[in-house]
Amino acid sequence: MARIVVDPVTRIEGHLRIEAQVEGGKIAEAWSSGTMFRGIELILRGRDPREAWIWAQRICGVCTMVHALASVNAVEDALGIEVPDNARLVRNIIAATQTVQDHVLHFYLLHALDCVDIVSALKADPAKTSQLAQSISDWPLSSAKYFKGIQDRVSALVASKQLSLFGAGYWGHPAYHLPPEANLMAVAHYLEALTFQREFIRIHAVLGGKNPHLQTFLVGGMATAMDPNEPGATINPERMDFLLQVAKSAIAFVNQVYIPDVLAVAGFYRDWFELGAGVGNYMSYGGYPQGSIKDPANFFLPRGIILNRDLSKVHPVDPANVTEYVTHSWYEYSGGDQVAKHPYEGETNPKYSGPKPPYEFLEVDQKYSWLKAPRYQDQPMEVGPLARLLVAYSSGQQDVKALVDATLAKLKAPPAALFSTLGRVAARALETQLLASRLTSWIEQLRDNLASGNVRIHNGEKWDPNSWPKTAQGFGFFEAPRGSLGHWVEIEDQVIKNYQAVVPSTWNAGPRDARGQQGPYEAALVKTPIAEPERPLELLRTIHSFDPCLACAVHVVDARGRLYARAEA
Amino acid sequence: MAGSGGLLPRALRARGVSRREFVKFCELMVATLALPTRYVSAVEKTFSQTIRPVLVWLEFQDCAGNTESMLRTSNPTVAEFVLELLSWEYHETIMAGAGKQAEEALERVVREHKGEYIAVVEGAIPTADDGVYCTIAGKTALQIATHVCTNSAANIAVGACAWDGGLVRANPNPTGAVGLQEAVPGVQVVNLGGCPHNPANTAAVLTHYLTFHQMPALDQYNRPLFAYGNLIHDQCERRAHYDAGRFVEEWGDEGHRKGYCLYKMGCKGPEATYNCPTVRWNDGTSWPVKAGHGCIACASHRFWDTKSPFYKRLPSVPGFGVDVTADEIGWVATGAVAAAMVAQVAGNFVRDQIRPTKAGNEVTKPPESHEA
Repeated sequence: MARIVVDPVTRIEGHLRIEAQVEGGKIAEAWSSGTMFRGIELILRGRDPREAWIWAQRICGVCTMVHALASVNAVEDALGIEVPDNARLVRNIIAATQTVQDHVLHFYLLHALDCVDIVSALKADPAKTSQLAQSISDWPLSSAKYFKGIQDRVSALVASKQLSLFGAGYWGHPAYHLPPEANLMAVAHYLEALTFQREFIRIHAVLGGKNPHLQTFLVGGMATAMDPNEPGATINPERMDFLLQVAKSAIAFVNQVYIPDVLAVAGFYRDWFELGAGVGNYMSYGGYPQGSIKDPANFFLPRGIILNRDLSKVHPVDPANVTEYVTHSWYEYSGGDQVAKHPYEGETNPKYSGPKPPYEFLEVDQKYSWLKAPRYQDQPMEVGPLARLLVAYSSGQQDVKALVDATLAKLKAPPAALFSTLGRVAARALETQLLASRLTSWIEQLRDNLASGNVRIHNGEKWDPNSWPKTAQGFGFFEAPRGSLGHWVEIEDQVIKNYQAVVPSTWNAGPRDARGQQGPYEAALVKTPIAEPERPLELLRTIHSFDPCLACAVHVVDARGRLYARAEA
Repeated sequence: MAGSGGLLPRALRARGVSRREFVKFCELMVATLALPTRYVSAVEKTFSQTIRPVLVWLEFQDCAGNTESMLRTSNPTVAEFVLELLSWEYHETIMAGAGKQAEEALERVVREHKGEYIAVVEGAIPTADDGVYCTIAGKTALQIATHVCTNSAANIAVGACAWDGGLVRANPNPTGAVGLQEAVPGVQVVNLGGCPHNPANTAAVLTHYLTFHQMPALDQYNRPLFAYGNLIHDQCERRAHYDAGRFVEEWGDEGHRKGYCLYKMGCKGPEATYNCPTVRWNDGTSWPVKAGHGCIACASHRFWDTKSPFYKRLPSVPGFGVDVTADEIGWVATGAVAAAMVAQVAGNFVRDQIRPTKAGNEVTKPPESHEA
């Protein structure tokens, strides 16, 4: 029996540490720890709620803009503001662009190296690689000469003996199963994805001035002025053409590179349809309104909960059922740490009680994370692309059902195979395909509005803080790339009295609760095979399937306005 | 021959990029740095070296926004940086190895390339409560920064948080966060402020360092003058509207649709310096003011507290209004920066000493001063 520690877990956003107990070549127990805390909600207090989004956006620079959107949604909810239809469309376009870009980047840059052995690509025959590529896709970059060029580039890197980012990889590990040709193809696509993400995200630059950290949201709408005849307007016909062209390039890349690669890789790792299931409960707040944000029934991605892997029933989501535990988190509750609190009645008194750095192991039977443990009706919930896909599938959303059924048929796998590490990978890819397609239709709708002279982009009725009530509070929800995101704001005398973000990776990466129930990461790791405890590649494969985002996850506030008390040793 | 032996020229040739295009790319770097054109061949030679300098990228209290921004660089691309120009041996968000293997990679750099490697830092460093608010591999950010940044040849802080503590340090600064140069007193740091940093500037600074083994001329905040020496307002494409008194009065109004000046909507351009309007973002596609929102002065010192609230028109100082010339406003806001700039340029103020690399690659002398 051996205790393994992976810290830092790399190829993620933020600072995550996993400790695991390995018995008989498998993980028996695992503990997930977030090791960084900033306290952004505390910093937001006393500031202008109209600019909260600028601050909140900095919760994360990878899924940039998701917190901006949740923030303006929350303030608009508090002040009773309905945004113009054009603003809704621009927000959907920005969000879909974010998710498509983020998912592609995640698969190639952050996850692929758990399944792709770069060094093995040197042994590939470029001609056979070309045959393989052409057998699964009609993507034009597939000649033997092209793959030879890629191989030469890798070969020069290896010959230089300076392997750069790839120097500390797990090359030659027995858990790598791809043949050399598939590895070479994947390396080529890794490099192509780097180019794709950079060019595709120019949609954000046009609409938001820059990416990451767009600068275009407004409480009440967007700063993207529209005019069919003005070259100085952010949205004009010429730029709409550009957006459409870039969006279509994404459909090509996703359909001809990303999806075929996921299917090809899945074929070599079929045992991962049986591994990494996790807690078996899945939640989605829903997102991408196609009408008023007040009515979840019109959301492109529906709202709901799947319990105990039962796809026959979708349960409703009631935010009143959300609570958070700090039993194993570095905080204190005044009423004792065994009791869960609703976020709106919660308190945040950070009190680090872990080992003094530098340390070797955490005290996992005590407190061991900066993340709280959120629960829904006392149950842990997995959130993210798989949760969204399952909720949409079970809700009978036609686009989703058709796509999932067709994909499962290709993979010769039953729907239950989705409850797995590979299921998360597949769900993320399918969601990318759905959103890339929907993205162009939203751009077309915006273009049609522009052409018809409908240029209203901002509702300024409540822009002046003097028009606000003395107190107000509101919620903003959104389905971020990594899952269900909620922001809550309380406004008093024109400034923020309290602010809270309840974030996707907190649901997934949180620690145990008072009853000892594991969080989704912890549960998913159990039974994961570990061929070499010194090189726990398989552990990374499952953790990365969640696409961790830890900067987002550590978020806390004392919603009742108690003073923040720093731990005094 | 210059441009033939290194990994980058080889890789470019293999991709069908001609020598002429490669030289053009070197010229672009020289232009970004505001260097005389005679330095093109020096840059070209740098990109042709066979042994690549080592870089490590540390992340502390960050959002990874500066990492993401770096992934958007196009001249050179991130792939060229990582595969052909540098040996990028540690960077949590994108490196292959994890845990023990990752930590060994970092330790090996500090041990085997002591005094030779470049350390890039992203994110603030918490100092309250013995630094427990950010640990990696069981060590605090402060322990890691001290170890890595006192053994490097050069340190570059990317983004507002690594420079001055950024948003993490904003009032009430719950974790006692500070930037690198404050956390590790005595280390030389080049600060590339901005939220995030603009990767075009970072690429230019790296190019300058690789070419001359020195950092470019810096201002009093240790920011490169080529990027932080000019007022946004003076470079702004909406400036003519300001001068003519044409302003956006409400979001989405006629003035907004016609691209009028955003000053009345809270734009901080008149008191912020940065080359944002000229370099722009994402392959030069746009920048925030062009896209319709005011500047928040994200490259200014402690901007989160000093430049907010962001929608409030700049404070009225005597004579400051729409009837005053922008030059006067600019002088009020940037007098200190401008004065420092003059002193530094005139005195050929270059912070870092020449440090030969282990490879003994030939070093070209930097320009006497940064004449444009």
